Amino acid sequence: MTDQPLGTAARANPMADGTWASMKLFGYATVAVLIAIGLASWLGDWGWLNRDFVNSQGLKPDYLGQFIAGLGRTLTLLIVSVVVGYAFAIPIGLVQVTGPWPLKWLAKAFCTFIRGTPLLVQLWLLYYGLGSLFPQIPWIRFSPLWPYLRDGFNYALLAFILSFAGYEGEIMRGGFLAVPKGELEAARAIGMSSWTVLRRIWLPRALLVVLPTLSGEVVSQLKSTPLAATVTVFDIYGIGREVQQEMFHTYEPLLLIAAIYGTLTAIIASAFKMVENLVPMKRG
Amino acid sequence: MSAMTIDLSMLAFSPPGWGSNLLRGLGHTIEIATGAYAFGLVLGLGGAMGKLSGGPILKVALEVYTTLGRAIPELILILILYYAGPTLLNQLVTAYGYPPLDVNGLAAGIFVLGVVQGAYATEVLRGAIQSIPTGQIEAAKAYGMSGWQRFARIIFPAMIPNAIPGMANLWLNVTKDSALLAVVGFSELMLETRQAAGSTKAYFMFYMAAALLYLALSQVSIFIFNWIERRQRRGQQALA
Repeated sequence: MTDQPLGTAARANPMADGTWASMKLFGYATVAVLIAIGLASWLGDWGWLNRDFVNSQGLKPDYLGQFIAGLGRTLTLLIVSVVVGYAFAIPIGLVQVTGPWPLKWLAKAFCTFIRGTPLLVQLWLLYYGLGSLFPQIPWIRFSPLWPYLRDGFNYALLAFILSFAGYEGEIMRGGFLAVPKGELEAARAIGMSSWTVLRRIWLPRALLVVLPTLSGEVVSQLKSTPLAATVTVFDIYGIGREVQQEMFHTYEPLLLIAAIYGTLTAIIASAFKMVENLVPMKRG
Repeated sequence: MSAMTIDLSMLAFSPPGWGSNLLRGLGHTIEIATGAYAFGLVLGLGGAMGKLSGGPILKVALEVYTTLGRAIPELILILILYYAGPTLLNQLVTAYGYPPLDVNGLAAGIFVLGVVQGAYATEVLRGAIQSIPTGQIEAAKAYGMSGWQRFARIIFPAMIPNAIPGMANLWLNVTKDSALLAVVGFSELMLETRQAAGSTKAYFMFYMAAALLYLALSQVSIFIFNWIERRQRRGQQALA
């Protein structure tokens, strides 16, 4: 909002009285967050975060170290599902625009299913549903695949990849459709093969169209990752739940997790803002 | 091997089958989603008006609400509110000398999902209000309409067509987010399914059945919202 030219923004948007107002708002918000942090550290019991903390059984659980490991799992889930999911999303979007009808129909059905059902159902369908079918095939227990088929992490990763592919496939469909026909015709008129048209013109232009939506989609994906804890993955939420149960603290771990997700969201949003600023965009 | 074969008789409506349990769960899901949607809409309308025409402190408070409400995972927010909401309410009630209340699960579920919805609804409605041409609001002022009249006669009706796509998305989100309440033990479709699947061991079939019920709910909703939007946009110029 603030990066619009001043003249147009002031008329369209009564909030934007200039940079000063938004700076003031930012200042207030920072103060509010600082007060919240102050209150939380004053009212809450945070001793368990100390790495040398010794619990009632005389053990050193090192919750901080566990949180750092959990953060690693959360980020792995996020980054792998976004990258691999996007790789699937491009063909899923493309066949919906130009593919033969069986593929078009299949891609459409896939996107509708993913977008029309809760991710929790998809995850449990894979973990409990598929997961309960595998042990009934006798040889599979003795195969080298078995350790992978038992690990909740892989089911969570698969569910998140499919989910991201479904949501992004629909967005890529819109992106491919939004590229002006004239540009594709021009490319063909020059004598490009359809593969070259896709590689040089259609895909890059479609990616440019969907770039502004990507930041929000990645944040949504980040916000889905704690569901992995429902299938035995110790991501940051899983660790937080462990602290809740072992330390009998209800709020402190949840607040810490909320702060971590808030920070990650801010980092993702500003990273995409930087990328968007690097890409020259001319708006008609 | 019950999990391998798909035995549809387990979905029968009479007691050995679990069909009526699933439908009861779907009913609870719709009930809670409707309640949370309505609550979120009220919060969103208040939030949008506050963000557009409130004082500086209200604006900052709303900014913090919408930012945190949209940056923190729904599951975490639901857990925080689910524990904190009834506790705070009971502290308030006992402070005024009343006996502590037993907060019912439905009310708690509607409250937590509604607060999350409200953060998104605030932004959707704020955008919808801002996209009303200022000339229309200025004309209403020039006629001497009071603030409330301007809202009821001009801003609210003119905002609706702009808000519908966003509000439709929010409805689809709240139906899907309501599944998260299974994690805190609220008995909606997801939890009923988990119980049915757990006791029959037919996990795949029951989760697939639940998925299809959610899918039916979302497809019917999309159909209805499209119809509403077509009606609301009658007489508007088609976009390019």
